[in-house]
Amino acid sequence: MKKVILVMDYIFIFMMPLLLYYNYNSSVIFLLFLLSIFRLYRTDIMLKMKFLLLIFDILVVLPTALNSNSYFIDIATQICIYSILAVGLNIVVGFAGLLDLGYVAFYAAGAYVYAIFASNQANNFLPKFFVQFPISGEWFWVFLIFAMIVSAIVGIVLGLPVLRLKGDYLAIVTLGFGEIIRIILNNLDKPINITNGPRGITPISPPRLFGIEFNSPINYYFITIFILIIVIFFVNRVNYSRIGRSWAAIREDELAARSMGISLVKMKLMAFAYGASLAGMAGVVFSAKQTFIEPTSFGFMESIGILAMVILGGLGSISGAVTGATILVLLKLLILKDFSEFLGNIADSGLISIPTELDPAKYERLVFGIILVLACIFRPKGILPGKRSIEYLKKMLPGDIQKINPNS
Amino acid sequence: MKDLTIQLLIDGLTLGFVYSIIAVGYSLVYGILEFINFANSEIFMVGAFIGAEVLIILQKVGILGNIPIPIALFIAITISVILSGSLGVLIDKVAYKPIRNSPKLVAFISAIGVSFFLQDAVRIIEAVWKNAFYVNAPDVLTYKIKFSDNTNIPVKFLFIVGSSIFVMGIVTLFINKTKWGKAMRAVAQDSTTASLMGINTEKMISMTFFIGAALGGFAGTLFTIQYSLVHPYVGFVLGIKSFTAAVFGGIGNLPGAMLGGIILGLIETFGSAFLSNLTNGIIGSEYKDVFAFSILILILIFKPNGLLGSTVKEKV
Repeated sequence: MKKVILVMDYIFIFMMPLLLYYNYNSSVIFLLFLLSIFRLYRTDIMLKMKFLLLIFDILVVLPTALNSNSYFIDIATQICIYSILAVGLNIVVGFAGLLDLGYVAFYAAGAYVYAIFASNQANNFLPKFFVQFPISGEWFWVFLIFAMIVSAIVGIVLGLPVLRLKGDYLAIVTLGFGEIIRIILNNLDKPINITNGPRGITPISPPRLFGIEFNSPINYYFITIFILIIVIFFVNRVNYSRIGRSWAAIREDELAARSMGISLVKMKLMAFAYGASLAGMAGVVFSAKQTFIEPTSFGFMESIGILAMVILGGLGSISGAVTGATILVLLKLLILKDFSEFLGNIADSGLISIPTELDPAKYERLVFGIILVLACIFRPKGILPGKRSIEYLKKMLPGDIQKINPNS
Repeated sequence: MKDLTIQLLIDGLTLGFVYSIIAVGYSLVYGILEFINFANSEIFMVGAFIGAEVLIILQKVGILGNIPIPIALFIAITISVILSGSLGVLIDKVAYKPIRNSPKLVAFISAIGVSFFLQDAVRIIEAVWKNAFYVNAPDVLTYKIKFSDNTNIPVKFLFIVGSSIFVMGIVTLFINKTKWGKAMRAVAQDSTTASLMGINTEKMISMTFFIGAALGGFAGTLFTIQYSLVHPYVGFVLGIKSFTAAVFGGIGNLPGAMLGGIILGLIETFGSAFLSNLTNGIIGSEYKDVFAFSILILILIFKPNGLLGSTVKEKV
């Protein structure tokens, strides 16, 4: 039986890329292709082989097959951006166990840092030096790093006062900070016009490298996928370092961690800073890609969306965060949209009348809400659970841990 | 200046009483389960919708003008309170009960999920039923009593304050004087011991949710009476502010929640009115939510026990 499934998996994994070349406009085939990547990740084949196939699927098959379907490429780019965000939030919520409901504030910080300097906006409040704004697209790469630093500092500044709080109180305070930052961005068009208020900032210069301008969807796909790969590699290393182990210790038992000599303040701030810096970087990419940003893109809904990705994928697991991000972005941008069109077609054909307000694409809150509740009830550990929780270790060594610690 | 102060006082107290009633709902549930029922703000919103719809239906049928207004309001409030209370119990059974023994954060996240679900569920119902995004309830109780030459005191205000004090009195009596109230307090203090004494803890938890949610529905109907316009996302910010009020007064403490709500309503109204005067119009009332959120953060960081709360020691 197991062998049959394995063979089916192989067929599936090798067939889907071909099918994607054959029909690059079908949502179903696109979804199945992404599912085949997931199956590939989960099969038991040689690690090197698996890795090569994954890279081949992501870097060669997907961009070449979808070259003429810019909408799907854009969805793939969005998946990458949200994956970066989910991996970042996973550091704070999943690794360190600090529920952060204002995560989108750091995303906004990164996006606005790049947007202000890469548009005319900075001329409003900075004296005219030898630098003329907007700065050219080459600076994009510098700003990736610069925004990481800025967001990390914002993370530390917001993190310092809230470290004494725990659990739901921490969540509410971070929620408050997130809302405060959004309201400030919304109103900072006077007395000095810094963010241009609710009208948003546009146009934002696209990235450039060696005189080549990056402005097509496929360019952004490559930028985001490379950043995502680097981020995953880096976060994975951090997770298995001394820092990552300290985070896990704090998450499982704060008191025990402190008595083992782990500095709670330092480690919690580090988690905030690491998570925030990734969000800042994602923000730069987002604002360059959209060439237009406004405060409503950074509301509470966005924070909850990212949280839903992390919870659905599995707290404390990087692959889980990416999986969760993929599923929810697809749900939002592909499935709900297709369903909307489907309902629209029915309404147009006149079979049944459907109220115009009833547009499924607008009801992402409903879907995200249901997913959060169902995930909490039926699979609180997520699709791909993290591998370093007390429960997991108990399964690994039946009896051993109980003997050492009878209270656990 | 005096007229302005009276006007602000009226606005602030109206808002404050709405906050404090919702705050009692947060406080009750927190007292018994130690978890923030994030969906409470959406129950408030549902209550506001039900109140508005009842008033609209009464108007359509043609009895709104023919019966005394207080009776119509009483009908709206009763229906809203019963339905919202049942919704609260239902939410507990569906979304919280299966995860009662999981970590607190799981329940909290589930509550966020419920609250998002309710926002769009109400929106869908309105979309299918009326193809609209919000409802506009008929404006009732529009009389005003002349106070001085320039100030009038609206009857609405008197109704809201009077009925709130009445309802809070009933809830306080229920919790402090009746046998059921005693059982609820016992479960809040120590649920294991309470269950050993023969108290049905699950029943008491359901009752707590019913009372908390019913208060949410009551506050929602008051909101409809005061502001008429209700949309599905009205609960979120109001809920956070009411939670602030609950923490301000000391969470788990009912008189504290009431006091906290009234103080917060007054601070917000006076603060946002005088803020633009103080800063010459640079910072205006658009920052009033920042004001409320900052109070929340400052209280949680510096005085998490609130005004009337007691210190909780960490168990090792």
